[in-house]
Amino acid sequence: MPKRVGMEVSLAASEAACAADADLIAAYPITPQTHIVEHLSELVADGKLDAEFVPVESEHSAISVCVGSSAAGARTFTATSSQGLALMHEILFIAPALRTPIVMVVANRALSGPISIWNDHSDIMAERDVGWIQTFAENGQEVFDLVIHAFKVAEDPEVLLPIMVNLDGFTLSHVVEPIEILSASEVSQYLKPYKPQMVLDPKKPVTMGPVGMPEVYTEARWQIESLLRGSKKVVVRAWKEFSKHYGRTYKPIETYRTRGADVILITMGSVTETAMTAVDGMREKGIKVGLVRFRLWRPFPIEELKRAVTGVKVLAVMDRAISYGGQGGPVFTEVRSALYGQSGQLQVFGFVAGLGGRDITAAMFEQMVKKAIRYAKKGKGPLYELMGVRER
Amino acid sequence: MMDAALKDFKRFTPKTLPKMEAIAQGHRACQGCGEVLALRMALKAIGKNMIVASATGCMEIITSPYPQTAWQVPWIHVAFENAAAVASGIEAARKVLMRKRRIPRQRTTIVAMAGDGGTADIGLQALSGALERGHDFVYICLDNEAYMNTGIQRSSCTPYGAMTTTSPPGKMSIGQHTWKKNVPAIAAAHGIPYVATASPAYYTDLMNKAKKAAMIKGPAYLHLYSPCPTGWRHAGDLAIEISRLAVKTKVFPLYEVVDGRYILTRKIKKPKPVKEYLKLQGRFRHLDEETIEEIQQRVDREYEALVRKAALAEAE
Ligand SMILES: Cc1ncc(C[n+]2csc(CCOP(=O)(O)OP(=O)(O)O)c2C)c(N)n1
Ligand code: SF4
Ligand SMILES: [Mg+2]
Repeated sequence: MPKRVGMEVSLAASEAACAADADLIAAYPITPQTHIVEHLSELVADGKLDAEFVPVESEHSAISVCVGSSAAGARTFTATSSQGLALMHEILFIAPALRTPIVMVVANRALSGPISIWNDHSDIMAERDVGWIQTFAENGQEVFDLVIHAFKVAEDPEVLLPIMVNLDGFTLSHVVEPIEILSASEVSQYLKPYKPQMVLDPKKPVTMGPVGMPEVYTEARWQIESLLRGSKKVVVRAWKEFSKHYGRTYKPIETYRTRGADVILITMGSVTETAMTAVDGMREKGIKVGLVRFRLWRPFPIEELKRAVTGVKVLAVMDRAISYGGQGGPVFTEVRSALYGQSGQLQVFGFVAGLGGRDITAAMFEQMVKKAIRYAKKGKGPLYELMGVRER
Repeated sequence: MMDAALKDFKRFTPKTLPKMEAIAQGHRACQGCGEVLALRMALKAIGKNMIVASATGCMEIITSPYPQTAWQVPWIHVAFENAAAVASGIEAARKVLMRKRRIPRQRTTIVAMAGDGGTADIGLQALSGALERGHDFVYICLDNEAYMNTGIQRSSCTPYGAMTTTSPPGKMSIGQHTWKKNVPAIAAAHGIPYVATASPAYYTDLMNKAKKAAMIKGPAYLHLYSPCPTGWRHAGDLAIEISRLAVKTKVFPLYEVVDGRYILTRKIKKPKPVKEYLKLQGRFRHLDEETIEEIQQRVDREYEALVRKAALAEAE
């Protein structure tokens, strides 16, 4: 039986990489990711994990080392946050093109400026379109499980794409929770050793990363797009298998009290637990509200979303990032466009909250829902609304 | 430690040059390209058992237009500034995979290659990190003294006075107005076991240095002089001639730094005037006598400093 222990969630992320028997970790410290890599270097130093820990001089090099490592056939892990993720940006696009199944944990944090070490989703939303599978955890157990799941999916011969597992910086990464930590041997029943399809090997020379002339570039990128879209069935299959082994069930989209709901609140990440409290409160007051949470963000689970909101009249979508000068937060605009033309009566309203560590309370969720209902009655609302912003 | 690794070192002679080629014919380099020549020689010396991580640049572009490839050895290109980091990843990955018995135990030379831009400018941080961490790899800087791939823009390795598209001579400019960055000295400052400069005009010397670099455990840095007819504005058949003159005028001295000790591998007793070197290249055509004299003095001074370092090492 796996043991359940009280553990800081960051350490659980490291323990997952350890249980997955990662071969190589390359990382550069940045708050709030630091505890993850500190613990991994400890695990390596203590001989609990037989891996190379490459203490690089920047995140750009961290991800570059990971690409080289994965191309050489090693199971490869890294973690970062915010500025570090932004510094990786260039290479994030290249990793899927080279079919390197790297697993990266992102402890989500605001982007500068002003510099802020606190949580929001501006770092990951800026990397939304890089061609990685992206999942979001709500709690510590999910962080552990999603990391194991990430290796399983990334290394699947049908996929071979890198994956980012997102967890909220501080509000999730730094809290202690009871977590069931699977041992390496328990994990090995689910996650088989990595069998790379193409490796850098002098016995079988390959050319990786050649020049793409206009005659081939489109097809090369289309391949990534098709693989990423196609990966959803592997993502789901791997969760089903996970559930068979360990009893915990995961789906691309999570719903809470959506039955008979007129209004649905849409969230991502660890604030969902606060949102659930808010939903309970509102239900008590007779507001027919439910909750939808994205666990899988890329590939975007469009069918699951549609199913989850069938029959609903109003959606209040919360974002943790601004899309500057755009049409509203990324989650809001994607949800709205996914449902466009589908459901005659459905109205979708966007709210941005919790930037740079600003608290998101149950009361704030209630406000969002009430506003969305009001706007729906009027038949129009603002482009989107930034919650709790002080004018002076 | 150096001596141990090189116990079995056998020099190449013109008769014992390996037939093996890492880069096939039919690549798309310009006629008379000295950079691909220098690269070819270095890789020949290292032999088949290698993995190459390449930076973006001329050599990457000319060897890999999909679906063709000139590479006969495993090769990966990721981006412009990170060849040293990618090579670090390959080296570390192979180390752990051998330890875990997932790949056969075998020493494979991991090569990182980049131009002067990919080395001295945008890739300097990744290079420094990889050297400092002590990965067992060979870094090859192919120095053609500008960003050639993007159309001859200046780099920090462009020599003083040279014309490039971003250091154009004009009423207010003599061309490049900074002196060439000493990258081998920067590499040596990391305390790595082996640093060497080499030139395709002295091909056995180049190949012997490349072979040593591969044999030595730990990081080795090779700085290869790479004439570029297109960027330097010289005739396509002059690459070797110019390479030789660069050495004979002391503009590009040949030396090794072995465990921190400088060794001049070709002492220039009767140097030719720098002017002879400059006048063959269109990029220096605009220089006046005064500037040429300034360059001459700087070259003399730097060469003397190098001789002093070598003498110091010899006296030890
Ligand atoms: C991050 C980034 N910046 C700029 C470029 C454009 N670029 C590609 S190759 C190159 C110059 C290469 O110069 P060098 O390293 O000296 O190699 P050479 O082509 O001269 O052999 C530049 C500026 C790029 N590919 N990536
Ligand atoms: S531009 Fe210069 S370095 Fe590049 S391929 Fe042509 S000759 Fe060689
Ligand atoms: Mg160059």
